[in-house]
Amino acid sequence: MASGTDGSMISISRLSPLVLTTAIFLGIIAPRNAQAEPLIADLSDHLVAITTGFTGTELLLFGSIEEDGDVIVVVHGPPTDVTVRRKERIAGIWMNRDSMTFEETPSFYHVAMTQGATEGLPLPVLHRHQIGAQNIRMIAPQGEDPVEIENFRSSLIRNQQAHGLYSAVPGTIQKRGQRLFRTSVYFPANVPIGTYVIETLLARNGEIQSGQTTPLFVSKVGAGAQIFRIANTFPALHGILAIIVAMAAGFAANWVFRKLG
Amino acid sequence: MNIFLILGMGVGVGVLSGIFGVGGGFLLTPLLFFIGVPSPVAVGTQAGQIVATSVSGVMAHWRRGNVDFKMGTVLLIGGIVGSTFGVWLFALLRTLGQIDLVIKLSYVIFLGVIGALMLIESIKAMMRTKSGKAGTGRKLHEHNWLHGLPFKMRFRRSQLYISAFLPLAIGFLVGVLSAIMGVGGGFVMVPAMIYLLGMPTSVVVGTSLFQIIFVAANATFLQSYLNQTVDIVLALLLLIGSVIGAQFGTRLGAKLRGEHLRGLLAAMVLAVGIKIMLDLIIPPSDIYSLSFSSGVGH
Repeated sequence: MASGTDGSMISISRLSPLVLTTAIFLGIIAPRNAQAEPLIADLSDHLVAITTGFTGTELLLFGSIEEDGDVIVVVHGPPTDVTVRRKERIAGIWMNRDSMTFEETPSFYHVAMTQGATEGLPLPVLHRHQIGAQNIRMIAPQGEDPVEIENFRSSLIRNQQAHGLYSAVPGTIQKRGQRLFRTSVYFPANVPIGTYVIETLLARNGEIQSGQTTPLFVSKVGAGAQIFRIANTFPALHGILAIIVAMAAGFAANWVFRKLG
Repeated sequence: MNIFLILGMGVGVGVLSGIFGVGGGFLLTPLLFFIGVPSPVAVGTQAGQIVATSVSGVMAHWRRGNVDFKMGTVLLIGGIVGSTFGVWLFALLRTLGQIDLVIKLSYVIFLGVIGALMLIESIKAMMRTKSGKAGTGRKLHEHNWLHGLPFKMRFRRSQLYISAFLPLAIGFLVGVLSAIMGVGGGFVMVPAMIYLLGMPTSVVVGTSLFQIIFVAANATFLQSYLNQTVDIVLALLLLIGSVIGAQFGTRLGAKLRGEHLRGLLAAMVLAVGIKIMLDLIIPPSDIYSLSFSSGVGH
């Protein structure tokens, strides 16, 4: 599935996307690589840096295909365990009752495709490549009623879509001529941190002909991130720091009061 | 999240705490719920903010000699045990998925009861002033069965000779509340000290603040250590806002009449309580909700 071009893709990505796209247009890079590779794709940036004022960002994914075909892009966030809880009305109050934990669910999911890309693809293929939110893979709890599992599973997907973490409708991939394609992927402000995997697939004649995976790193940077890291790695130290900061703030406030009063 | 909204909320609550002379934690935490801060984080962060406001408050009272350190220490021992138990209970309820409900229910109960009591008292006071009668003086302290308990201790500054179990139990109860609700507990502690222990009003606030510092510091540490729910940046923003707000509030408060003030505060406390209660009663837009294993930032 994964082609061996990841390394070279990352080094190419250091060039600005504009330069690279122009290069592909002018045929400087494409012909040589395209001989060996039926599909080449890359991102405008391999790092999403979340600063304190981060409000979401958009990345450009672009590439070229050797022969005519449909392109599908699937973005997976780092896997995580999610507990889905269902509220029930008990004595007039809505409280959590039943719950189910799904393991290895993608913390972020996005799919984009050229128009009508999935039309010729059989269901098992869609399922295998997790194309479309209903085909996202996750480990359901053992020994539960399948109807209930489906209820909780679809609620998980619905909630994630409501938070903007799973795409509700597939994004579109635009094609330029027969060879070039591009699409933009939006990462919202609440995007989970970690290592993402972006799969670019080439579909033709009802099957996936080739694919390429590209990594993407989403990480927090800046003072806020330092605090977040300390809080999670050294919780005791963070607790003591929090108290010291709070006490200092209290003394400072008292000093200000006395000066003003 | 909008920094100015948080600063503004800090100012708003600061104004109120300046006017009414309350910590404001019991109003700020529900406000944090309303703007979408998850309730465990609101509670954990609020504990940090309480440390700061209590330190600043106790300094002012200490200069006037209004802190009974012995009584404070006994209350504190109960408080530390209580808040440790509270944080542990908090972690347990969180794994059961019920922490949100318990926090909100505690708020509904306490805001409801205290708001109603205050409203009744201030209406009575307003009626007294209208009919021209002066308020009846309360005895320094009343003796009841609570004063018959063993293990008596002398508290010089509070002019009391009572069983140590009483302040220990009150300290424990307030400690649990402070961990679960993210409040200093002053609004429970102060009436308990006046009516149950019979302490003179002048030393009540300073002593209560003195022990709240340590109970809240313990809650902050444990919430951070066990639950990772303390957000220092959020706490600091709230603090800056509330310090500024308190300045305006104190000046504004001097211009308003006492019983009107208490009536207003009571109405506000009740309104917040009712709002939280409605959130629990009104059918949620989606009965399913998600919680993530830690390690993935959201």
